[in-house]
Amino acid sequence: MAFTFAAFCYMLTLVLCASLIFFVIWHIIAFDELRTDFKNPIDQGNPARARERLKNIERICCLLRKVSVRVRGGRLLAQRSPTLVVPEYSIHGLFCLMFLCAAEWVTLGLNIPLLFYHLWRYFHRPADGSEVMYDAVSIMNADILNYCQKESWCKLAFYLLSFFYYLYSMVYTLVSF
Amino acid sequence: MSQPGIPASGGASTGLQAQNGAASASGSPYTNGPVQNALLSSQVSVSQGYNSQLTGSYPHLIPAKTLNPVSGQSNSGSSQTVSPLSNYQRHGQALYGPPVASHPVTPSLHSGPSPQMPLPTSQNPAATPMPSGSFLPGASVPSPSNWQYNYLSQTNHCPRASSQPTMTGNTNLMSPQYVSSGDTSLQNNIIKSGIISNTNNGSMAVHNSYDEIEGGGFLATSQPTHKNPTMSRSVGYSYPSLPPGYQNTTPPSTTGTGIPPSSLNYASGPQAFTQTPLGANHLTASMSGLSLHPEGLRVINLLQERNMLPSTPLQPPVPNLHEDIQKLNCNPELFRCTLTSIPQTQALLNKAKLPLGLLLHPFKDLVQLPVVTSSTIVRCRSCRTYINPFVSFLDQRRWKCNLCYRINDVPEEFMYNPLTRVYGEPHRRPEVQNATIEFMAPSEYMLRPPQPPVYLFVFDVSHNAVETGYLNSVCQSLLDNLDLLPGNTRTKIGFITFDSTIHFYSLQEGLSQPQMLIVSDIEDVFIPMPENLLVNLNESKELVQDLLKTLPQMFTKTLETQSALGPALQAAFKLMSPTGGRMSVFQTQLPTLGVGALKPREEPNQRSSAKEIHLTPSTDFYKKLALDCSGQQVAVDLFLLSGQYSDLASLGCISRYSAGSVYYYPSYHHQHNPVQVQKLQKELQRYLTRKIGFEAVMRIRCTKGLSIHTFHGNFFVRSTDLLSLPNVNPDAGYAVQMSVEESLTDTQLVSFQSALLYTSSKGERRIRVHTLCLPVVSTLNEVFLGADVQAISGLLANMAVDRSVTASLSDARDALVNAVIDSLSAYRSSALSNQQPGLMVPFSLRLFPLFVLALLKQKSFQTGTNARLDERIFAMCQVKNQPLVYLMLTTHPNLYRVDNLSDEGAVSINDRTIPQPPILQLSVEKLSRDGAFLMDAGSVLMLWVGRNCGQNFLSQVLGVENYTLIPQTMTDLPELDTPESARTIAFISWLREQRPFYPILYVIRDESPMKANFLQNMVEDRTESALSYYEFLLHIQQQVNK
Repeated sequence: MAFTFAAFCYMLTLVLCASLIFFVIWHIIAFDELRTDFKNPIDQGNPARARERLKNIERICCLLRKVSVRVRGGRLLAQRSPTLVVPEYSIHGLFCLMFLCAAEWVTLGLNIPLLFYHLWRYFHRPADGSEVMYDAVSIMNADILNYCQKESWCKLAFYLLSFFYYLYSMVYTLVSF
Repeated sequence: MSQPGIPASGGASTGLQAQNGAASASGSPYTNGPVQNALLSSQVSVSQGYNSQLTGSYPHLIPAKTLNPVSGQSNSGSSQTVSPLSNYQRHGQALYGPPVASHPVTPSLHSGPSPQMPLPTSQNPAATPMPSGSFLPGASVPSPSNWQYNYLSQTNHCPRASSQPTMTGNTNLMSPQYVSSGDTSLQNNIIKSGIISNTNNGSMAVHNSYDEIEGGGFLATSQPTHKNPTMSRSVGYSYPSLPPGYQNTTPPSTTGTGIPPSSLNYASGPQAFTQTPLGANHLTASMSGLSLHPEGLRVINLLQERNMLPSTPLQPPVPNLHEDIQKLNCNPELFRCTLTSIPQTQALLNKAKLPLGLLLHPFKDLVQLPVVTSSTIVRCRSCRTYINPFVSFLDQRRWKCNLCYRINDVPEEFMYNPLTRVYGEPHRRPEVQNATIEFMAPSEYMLRPPQPPVYLFVFDVSHNAVETGYLNSVCQSLLDNLDLLPGNTRTKIGFITFDSTIHFYSLQEGLSQPQMLIVSDIEDVFIPMPENLLVNLNESKELVQDLLKTLPQMFTKTLETQSALGPALQAAFKLMSPTGGRMSVFQTQLPTLGVGALKPREEPNQRSSAKEIHLTPSTDFYKKLALDCSGQQVAVDLFLLSGQYSDLASLGCISRYSAGSVYYYPSYHHQHNPVQVQKLQKELQRYLTRKIGFEAVMRIRCTKGLSIHTFHGNFFVRSTDLLSLPNVNPDAGYAVQMSVEESLTDTQLVSFQSALLYTSSKGERRIRVHTLCLPVVSTLNEVFLGADVQAISGLLANMAVDRSVTASLSDARDALVNAVIDSLSAYRSSALSNQQPGLMVPFSLRLFPLFVLALLKQKSFQTGTNARLDERIFAMCQVKNQPLVYLMLTTHPNLYRVDNLSDEGAVSINDRTIPQPPILQLSVEKLSRDGAFLMDAGSVLMLWVGRNCGQNFLSQVLGVENYTLIPQTMTDLPELDTPESARTIAFISWLREQRPFYPILYVIRDESPMKANFLQNMVEDRTESALSYYEFLLHIQQQVNK
């Protein structure tokens, strides 16, 4: 039983991982709303419903902006400081850094692919440097939306699995010494 | 060949049967003589009677099309036993006259055969001449095989027609099926009250493309052999890419083989519109099309057959549908699919390696457009599809949606057909008879009261701008067209100028002269006064005119060189955001101050290397502002008149996402570059007077199983199938890519519907709906057979623009070449049975390599040092925003030899004879020094005069003594009193009339600077950085045969 740096890392990542899961779920909901909101059959005879439908579109439009604004908030910071401050990406980068310091090679190895994916994503963002991944003007193209949705689901699965892995590892490191 | 302009038939007076006989006997649609004027008077009375009668009984709807079941019935008895539906409709129309005429209601509206358009101020110059012209194409085209030609001529020939009304039977001018009687003007090309029943004679009954579609089966009536299974002939219709001669030799016959007696039922009573037989029929037709169509199935070895370019403009293929469906189908100019036969599964589509997509031109100026005013718009309850000609009626009270297959009820109101005033004929309502229709939207389609037309002009008045002198011409154009701006009494107008500060102009009623307000705080822009900056045009017209007269002189002494475009745009946005509207921005240099300032990025010596060029915006300021604009229903149109690099890639975003348009005039100068000045004036004229729709949204739906995944054009995509268009203009085209999500095995037809909801400049909310229906096929061969090579090239160009922005230009070029290679090797490996040497292509794709090569040499995608970055980006904007026809013309221009024009093969429209020189291949080998050649590249016409050109041409057409006297810049041909001059001018003006804008003619001699532009378009030749056509074919062959 010893409280090592590795154990501390796992405890911290556990908390942060929960926040990542929250982020991803938020994304999934947003995308889902974007996708499904317009497919709802609406009673035709009722003019109020038609108006409601138009209002809904406006609302989703705002939601869309929020998706991009939220990420852009990080980006604005990034313009002042040289580091990347996209919340999800930077948190995940922090994980890798901590595991590297704690010499948790297996955990690091598990996280490296996603890290590279994030880096790739970041450097292939729309070049005008605004919204990192979710460009309001193109996200409604169905193939991009599909891609984003799939990406979010995959990430959710990954974060959930890693959450339990971190939990296990934390207990393991705590009890093994 | 596109000569549907000849008015119909000499047999007019003898009535329908005779007419039919004459037409069918001749076997050619072109043998018709002029209409006899004697008929006109009776016609007029008919129309009057009909009109007044109906206005009484049904105030909103003034029917013009006459589908009288009674006459149809009687007719069916008299003519044949079995014939396709179309005949009956046709008869119905034709015979309708007498009964109506017998109603002696003497009336009101038109008292003479003079007719046409009761509008003095045409909002829309293109629309104005059309109406009577519209009648022409229809009239002379009795056979379905012609309707493809029609579509081209629809807009084209009109002006000719209007110039000679007597011949065309003037009461027959366009008759929208429904005319809203409340409409007080010609907005949207609808002629109110010009209603007529088309009783002239059989062929006259059809006087516009839409009506004409319905009448497509006309010839069939006189053919008792329609049961005759001569399917090979019917196939002639299916694939129209044949040379016209071929089609003309095809004796018209009907494909009505599979029609069971149900078609009789149809005509003889108010029975449900049965489309069920059509499906089966379509199958037979397509089968026969496969087996017996020699030309379309022909496999071509491109390496051996050099001259594949048809000498007449290429026609889009006609979907292999039963003609009864096809004649209802949407005009391919408005709505076109890359594959006219939709593959059944995604696997099949992947195998064909051809892109699947739609190309739309939804707001095109239409000659004739049925407008429906009714309190309920019938739509599918589940997918919200508008009722359209391709739905099936299960019985009288139920219809099945053709997009989602849900069964819907027919509302009570829809049961009544106001055209025939018969109850219980929902299938004959105009909604079900027209693939293109416009609805007047009731209030539930409005989020807020319809906005007034608002026009805001933002001028750059920095030193650089004043130097170019553009203000003079723009203000002059505005002054000239102030009364022609589309709008009504609510129209608002405003002006902002900017250099390093922003100047507002108060135009309050009662002021003696406009008051200028200067805001110098560009960090935090505010509006100096709450009102009077946007003023009612009618009330303050004098002040506005005052301002426009003084504006060019106000800044002549300015020394300010900075340009604060970003803050000015913000100010303009703030000014407009309460209402929405159109913002026209004139900019002449790189913005240097405030937000949105840009830095020069172009490095001229790097132009040649395709990898590191800046196609992407450098800041997202313009994009974000555009999205804000889009949310407030403001569209920004950018006019860039710049000599230097102005970073159009960044600036263009402001228009791109707010559904505006971009105009670019490189090196504009009022003295040094008079050609650009003329171009600006002509384009401004069109820009200011063309139709406009405000606060629009467009939704594109398709049959379940297909899904749309990428959109191309200028707009903001607001939902997976909804485009937000703050403004929509008639010169904008859109493209979408689709995929097959679920297998379509259990259906034979798929449909696509685009619905554009907009506020007209008269403040009405309207919905314009286009529906396209296409067959589904299961074999690769059929997919290739139905490929539409122009549409494919257009869609590929759009995709390539995206690719060059996201990846790189060389990537995009590779992708274009690979598209050809992939599809041709797919064809070779799976569709060709015997492997021959050479480059084998299906007939439908015979021009594919040529068009792709032309794309590679187009300004957007070319390599080499000649393209400046801004010009390249402008070309890309054009690719995205232009309708397909003009995109294809700019990519692969038409070349004609014009020094020996003769009347041989000429079409004559009204009095004018339009010579029809053959289209030549774009190769220098076709040029000769002793000739003169005209190149039609869409927005420009170039007339190249060879050094040894015949003296005759020089003196008779150009009006000069010898070659050296041709002026360096010559943009007009003198009107000389010689036949040669008359022919040339007739031909050129005919080309111009085919498009809404005004292409400028450049006369080029050997040493002109424009000669390089002319030669650049010779796409079949080798250039320093690109392959010749033959080399390109060899390259493809090499790759395909690997």
